[in-house]
Amino acid sequence: MDTSAIPRPAAAATRPAPAAQRVYRHRLPVRVMHWINVVCLTILLMSGLTIFNAHPALYWGRDSNFADPWIAITTAPGPNGPTGVTRIAGRQFASDGVLGRSRVGDAAAPTARAFPSWATIPGPQWLSMGRHWHFFFAWLFVLNGIAYVLYAIFSGHLRRDLLPTRDELRHIGRSLWDHLLFRHPTGEAAKRYNVLQNIAYLTVIFGLLPLVIVAGMAMSPRLDAVWPGWVDLLGGRQSARTLHFLAATGLLLFVLVHLFEVLISGVWNQLRSMITGYYTVPAAARRALRNERQRP
Amino acid sequence: MTNPPRRIISSGRAPRATSRRSALRGALAAVGGLSLAGCDRLSQNTEFVDVLKSAQDLSHAAHRLVAGRQAMAQEFAPADVAAHFKANGTLVPADAEYHALMQGGFKDWRLQIGGLVEQPAQFSLAELRAMPSRTQITRHDCVEGWSSIGQWKGVQLGHVLGLVRPKAEAKFVVFRCADSMESPAAGRDSTYYESVDLDDAYHVQTVLAYELNGQPLPVNNGAPLRVRIERQLGYKHAKYLMKIELVDSFASIRAGQGGYWEDNGYEWYAGI
Repeated sequence: MDTSAIPRPAAAATRPAPAAQRVYRHRLPVRVMHWINVVCLTILLMSGLTIFNAHPALYWGRDSNFADPWIAITTAPGPNGPTGVTRIAGRQFASDGVLGRSRVGDAAAPTARAFPSWATIPGPQWLSMGRHWHFFFAWLFVLNGIAYVLYAIFSGHLRRDLLPTRDELRHIGRSLWDHLLFRHPTGEAAKRYNVLQNIAYLTVIFGLLPLVIVAGMAMSPRLDAVWPGWVDLLGGRQSARTLHFLAATGLLLFVLVHLFEVLISGVWNQLRSMITGYYTVPAAARRALRNERQRP
Repeated sequence: MTNPPRRIISSGRAPRATSRRSALRGALAAVGGLSLAGCDRLSQNTEFVDVLKSAQDLSHAAHRLVAGRQAMAQEFAPADVAAHFKANGTLVPADAEYHALMQGGFKDWRLQIGGLVEQPAQFSLAELRAMPSRTQITRHDCVEGWSSIGQWKGVQLGHVLGLVRPKAEAKFVVFRCADSMESPAAGRDSTYYESVDLDDAYHVQTVLAYELNGQPLPVNNGAPLRVRIERQLGYKHAKYLMKIELVDSFASIRAGQGGYWEDNGYEWYAGI
């Protein structure tokens, strides 16, 4: 039986309360795979934007209806020459300086390009190099993801940490409310993922990530030949390109919320726990005391 | 090792949270800036780029494994054909030799086939049109990201290869084209070229196309003849074909990467 499931109090925790209790929260494989994900996802998102920039428009269907992309990031004539614009579903938004036209590095004049150079790898528009970065790290990301899912299943991480209990699901409303008030779990509850985390992680691991990978594969003409027509299940190759972009946007949103949560819930404690594995459990008593002091 | 409580409540104020936060912000910005500049520097490093490019061989091997050597590209119905098939790359070759052929309605054009073959040959457009043909409606996927569906008619490359009989040591088919990609001022040979392995050369859907959507192939799309390599990206589908050459290696051709775009950094295996 897997005994490491029980949070192990660290040496320091043998001191009397309310001194911080430390628990071993993230095991080594999870920590290593987490940081591989950080590197891969950053590079994939940014090199993906380089690839998008080569044809900054998205369509729905089997091929490209050039007259009617549902999103296009381009330039339009303005009173002082071309200006950056973003068109979504027929509506045009001014986005000069960031989307459609922006300065590359220290250049004096802006360049027509969809996403700005600070968001792309490499910085200057260079499609072939963006592809090399993207496909190398796509392999690493997928292999790491497969390793993680296998680990999660066979180590019990999935059942123990990722799947919410029936009780947690019943009190999801309460958990949501606490979250919106920035009340973070303390004591025993802080030792495990809360139910919102469970749902977010499961959505990413078994929803967004498979979608981004399958939609990415659907853009490969050779993989389309595995079973001619399978790409139509996603609506066709251009729909797959759209889904790949939307799923990547979803992953970016997840990362932003994840970073925000880390920042407001004790950033050093959280960072250390993902590096060394040890997490200092916020004591309920101390939290209550502080809340009292803050009351006017 | 003991770990002191992170915050001392009795002090009545959060200890230097602001400076910590700004330090973190600064650190993140520095790491971000450094790594971005680092990525751009790494992109110039040949050894590093070779490591990145190694993924190409992995993809090719994996694709061969799951998608078989003879797997067929999807074919579509006439209703799926795009109203306007997008043309890309060279639209009208500027080369004088090509212009002379075009003026004459390609009557003097000949497709030369040579290299590692038992019986080098050349074929006129009429001779190619008289050979057995294949018509297919396929999707053209550009490396830039867009797709267009068109109907192609032509002779299978495998049929033509059967006539010239490649030698046993032939491993690749090289396509030589009429269009120069750079201005003559550059003073070097920049005519378009491409290459594929024998899997793709003998594939059922690999045709030398002389018709697009029921019409003679337009100049914008590669008149009089272009090759269709249906399971790879658009830049493999060489236009304005002049010569087909069988070789055992393309290492000694130009920059040695197997094609004009390959010499400019793109993958030789363009199935992804």
